[in-house]
Amino acid sequence: MKIDSYLKAKSVEEAYKVLKENKDAAVIAGGAWLKLMPKTIGTAIDLKGLGLDEITETDNEIVIGCMATLRQVEKYEALQEQYDGIISKSASSIMGVTVRNIATIGGTVAGKYGFSDLLPTLMVVDAELEFYKRGRVKLSEFMNEKGFADDILTHIYIKKVKSRGWFETMKNTAIDFPIINSAVIKSPEGYCIVIGARPYKAAYAIKSMEFINACKNPGTDEIAQAADIAADEMKFGKNQRGSAEYRKELCRTFVKRGLTEVIS
Amino acid sequence: MKTKINVNGTLKTFEVKPDEYLLDTLRNSGCVSVRRGCDTTSCGVCTILLDGKPIASCSYLSCRADGHNVTTVEGIPKEVALIADFFGHEGADQCGYCNPSMALTIYAMKKELKNPSDDEIRAYLVGNLCRCSGYVAQHRAIRAYLEVE
Repeated sequence: MKIDSYLKAKSVEEAYKVLKENKDAAVIAGGAWLKLMPKTIGTAIDLKGLGLDEITETDNEIVIGCMATLRQVEKYEALQEQYDGIISKSASSIMGVTVRNIATIGGTVAGKYGFSDLLPTLMVVDAELEFYKRGRVKLSEFMNEKGFADDILTHIYIKKVKSRGWFETMKNTAIDFPIINSAVIKSPEGYCIVIGARPYKAAYAIKSMEFINACKNPGTDEIAQAADIAADEMKFGKNQRGSAEYRKELCRTFVKRGLTEVIS
Repeated sequence: MKTKINVNGTLKTFEVKPDEYLLDTLRNSGCVSVRRGCDTTSCGVCTILLDGKPIASCSYLSCRADGHNVTTVEGIPKEVALIADFFGHEGADQCGYCNPSMALTIYAMKKELKNPSDDEIRAYLVGNLCRCSGYVAQHRAIRAYLEVE
């Protein structure tokens, strides 16, 4: 990683302008994994100091600034109360405190990292993003778009819902990237299932969700069937952490555990 | 680019490159208690306190520390001596390479968490690896340190 110049933006407008006018400019967010990127950044845009590191609340939503660290997200009390605290739990499972004090939620979201533990939980609770020019957009929509944002992500919105949620991640060691992870919720709209670290980016288990949502009172058999459907419909790949077959079996187990937990 | 950082209570001006990391800036200025390990945020031996919070200095750009406070073990000698006593008493260190980073993280944990459980202590120290001790003796030493008022 090489950085030619550094800009501490004085405003989001300035950051946006520099980003749009320079093809080799990039917003560096927390910068925790900058070193691992095999490219040269012409201008590294820093959003630090613009007040985007705050977490606030309205009556219906929790509003997280893009520069809030994973440690802030993990510790924020109101987030621990949503969906059995799965967002806090997923944030706390990422590396150690020394990294979570650097890495930001904005960097995680904008990077669409396949290895992210946080993204599946944000997707499963149907988080929304706010971009400086584009305005608000659902995270699910952003994840489906090709490439990365050419706008400045400023805030992440989480609806306040006290309902059941489950998150689990499988790692070789606590400081490794996950082999697979999964988030499951039961909300007033129904069940939602997201599988991440496949090792591709996180995605909804659509067919499995359709099946379980169509069941009136899902029991053990229906849960097992939904888990099989999820394992069959998701695409898995291999890397140094695990094979596609291994991930498929873990997915089956995770969906079964997740649904069992939120239904109980 | 000129970067002003308060290191252990002394305001210092550094000339840093845009892609220079705090680990290098500190070590090049003679602060070699900040160790280089994996250089990719995994091992924790490069831990420093930035405005009181433990961070991996190997992955924090120096220019971003402009106007902030950095603490290394040299900045908290009494606390470090106390932690070292507990480590020694419990036989919690061998090569000592991770000791400065451990001391800083433990110090920060004591300030941040009130009466942490054993699991909370382990979770807080996940990012600080020790390849010698196996952590059991360290855990005893940390427990003893946390009980000091």
